[in-house]
Amino acid sequence: MNRIEGRVKVTGLATYAAEYPVEDVTYAFPVQSQIAKGRVRHVDAQDALAMPGVLAVLSGEDPPPLASGADGELALFQSREVAYRGQIVAAVVADTYENARAAAAVVRVDYDSDDHDVSLRADHPGLYKPDHVNPAYPTDSEKGDIEAGLAEAATVVDVVYETPVLHNNPMEPHAALACWDDEGGLLVYDTAQGTTLSRDTLAQVFGLPKERVRVVSRHVGGGFGSKGTTRPQAVLAAMAARVVGRPVKIVLTRQQMFDVTGYRTPTIQRLRLGADAQGRLTALEHVAYEQTSTLEEFAEQTATPTRIMYATPALRTAHRLVRLDVATPSWMRAPGECPGMYALESAMDELAYALGMDPVELRVVNEPETEPDSGLPFSSRNLVGCLREGARRFGWEHRDPTPGVRRDGEWLIGTGVAASTYPARRRPSKARAVVEDDGDFLVQVAAADIGTGARTALTRIAAEALGVAPERVHVELGDSDLPEAPVAGGSMGTASWGSAIVRACEELKSDGKEGLADTTEEVRGDAAFSRHAFGAQFVEVRVSSVTGEVRVPRLLGVFAAGRIVDPKLARSQFIGGMTMGMGMGLMEETLTDEEFGGFLRRDLAQYHVPACADVPDVEAVWLDERDAELNPMASKGIGEIGIVGTAAAIGNAVYHATGHRVRELPITPDKILMPRF
Amino acid sequence: MEITLQVNGKPRTVDVDPRMSLLDLLRERLGLIGAKKGCDHGQCGACTVLIDGRRALSCLALGVAVDGSEVTTVEGLANGDELHPLQAAFIEHDAFQCGYCTPGQLCSAAGMLGEPGPSAVTEDILVDPDLTPEEIRERMSGNLCRCGAYVNIVSAISEVAR
Repeated sequence: MNRIEGRVKVTGLATYAAEYPVEDVTYAFPVQSQIAKGRVRHVDAQDALAMPGVLAVLSGEDPPPLASGADGELALFQSREVAYRGQIVAAVVADTYENARAAAAVVRVDYDSDDHDVSLRADHPGLYKPDHVNPAYPTDSEKGDIEAGLAEAATVVDVVYETPVLHNNPMEPHAALACWDDEGGLLVYDTAQGTTLSRDTLAQVFGLPKERVRVVSRHVGGGFGSKGTTRPQAVLAAMAARVVGRPVKIVLTRQQMFDVTGYRTPTIQRLRLGADAQGRLTALEHVAYEQTSTLEEFAEQTATPTRIMYATPALRTAHRLVRLDVATPSWMRAPGECPGMYALESAMDELAYALGMDPVELRVVNEPETEPDSGLPFSSRNLVGCLREGARRFGWEHRDPTPGVRRDGEWLIGTGVAASTYPARRRPSKARAVVEDDGDFLVQVAAADIGTGARTALTRIAAEALGVAPERVHVELGDSDLPEAPVAGGSMGTASWGSAIVRACEELKSDGKEGLADTTEEVRGDAAFSRHAFGAQFVEVRVSSVTGEVRVPRLLGVFAAGRIVDPKLARSQFIGGMTMGMGMGLMEETLTDEEFGGFLRRDLAQYHVPACADVPDVEAVWLDERDAELNPMASKGIGEIGIVGTAAAIGNAVYHATGHRVRELPITPDKILMPRF
Repeated sequence: MEITLQVNGKPRTVDVDPRMSLLDLLRERLGLIGAKKGCDHGQCGACTVLIDGRRALSCLALGVAVDGSEVTTVEGLANGDELHPLQAAFIEHDAFQCGYCTPGQLCSAAGMLGEPGPSAVTEDILVDPDLTPEEIRERMSGNLCRCGAYVNIVSAISEVAR
């Protein structure tokens, strides 16, 4: 099915957050901290206030009040402490964008600065064990005796993999447009992956009852997790609008996005794998070191996929965190699974080579019957099917495993494989379905379509539940006044919203007029299963022996992700995730400035994401899988699994091409050429 | 400063701040939200429009510099209710997800189809090359798509280029 909102998107009529026509609008522009740690001594707004069109300068000098207990990243101007370079310390509101920006440049901020520490190290003295990891997994897990398993192994792999700071970089910058009404009600057009959560957060920050806040996000220009939690621009717009008594619009610059909209933590991951002569694991240990800020704790669940992937008598995973003078890391597409599976699947490839075994067969040999850590049965698991089907389509059987021997002129050629996985969860949601005057059906849910195709997928789900043509169903989403719903995140959107829609439609069918659903009880009653989607990615790379450049002529993903609700949209989601995974593997990296704190490469000319010429052939297919244990659609979420495993498959292919194992992402030309010097 | 330009075939006279980009002029003054601000630095292509028929980054053009020019935005591509073939192909090939880079992709593709001459990947630079997928990928690499819809964008443009 073609995207329902396709026509408004190709004609330029779709309204994103900053694009609602609002009378009398004003513009805010933030001022950011120039130090990484210390205190704001004084903010001198005098010159800025004298600039044309300037209406107000907000800062900690006279902080507009917020309710206590707000998230540290959102409690703007409530403290003089600086937690990281780039933190918002003041903002100018003016009649035009140009005036606001020019005045922001002359706001003078004086600091008392302290020594900062922005460097993640695996031996950092500040490392600690968080209470849990995102969203609510145990921090550590241990089963069996790792040391004994390694001692009895025929082959041991003990390796450290590192991943850099990565930025979500959705194409639409984070933006907000806030208006207060005469009764003290707040309306915010926000770039939110969930309007219910954004409304609740803003209500809490401003100390308002939920009913007085409305958040609208009809179209969102990508988020990839960075718009899942409310970001400072929404708070700043609302705060500024209250101060100047007019609507305020704020659009973060691309550079500001790097500082205040979250990022993927860098990781240092140590893996120890032991296997017997047949390749069966005797021990598997995965320890991840990550960073968080001094403001908030975000503990990424990096090692958690290792708990579910392979059968082993000894399995240990652990996460250690250190609080640095940096912005708080947050969700970025498949937090945890993405960097964790990069390390695990790369180490599995190393083990395959150490054993002299085919990497597909190594994974098949270690296929577990139940979830290795918990012992829970899988609701469905078709990893082996994905590996076999991928190997068949890719022509894997003809592969010579010898590294560094295939050459086409200056180009070295290699192929690699890695597994993908992502949890298939759902959360409680509400939904409403009614018959309209013309006999069509209106379905309402505060879901978000951030480019996933939610509008279209939910229309299909409702049409199927009602037994009518999709053309007769109209889905309304992206507004917190609609029935409450969880965020578009964690690959849970369609499963959560769809469940509620199916129940609402069922009730409508029996009632004849209206169906209201709340799946809280239903979700609470979900049986204990290990719930995950699986996949396998196969890649061919060409590595220039002259420049070290890596090209990816072929990338194939085979997924087992439950029933696919809409094949056209699903393929786009998979290949989109894989394309982003290619970026992670080969080019994406934000540098941390150890000298001054904060990030370097804060724009799209320096933070490279894949461009059209980088992506000649990405294809995704899937196995016919239906998982009735999960939800009424028998589906699994597909927004994230595509990015899981891609970087490992590329790294494994680079090894196959060159005989050189790069253990630090991204695999840039310097790392390819380094062994020569 | 007062300037007059043709936007999507209509003359528009605007009093603009000389610091204002064409992109902000379109979005904030003329209510044409089709051209998108993705980076404001000419790095992403989301703001691509046609200036006097050639694709251009509206974030890098000052409003005052396009006085007297003819500007076509994504809102001006369709012929009334009839979509431009590229617009129809983008829908059919699912060549976008979030849709934020889409107006820039469309304007860029519309401009690209009319651009003669070789590109960096053209083998024989003395002959106008066919718009193969490789040529399209090269010529469309100034327009980033973070959702990763490139393979669908190329198949959509290929259909129209044929």
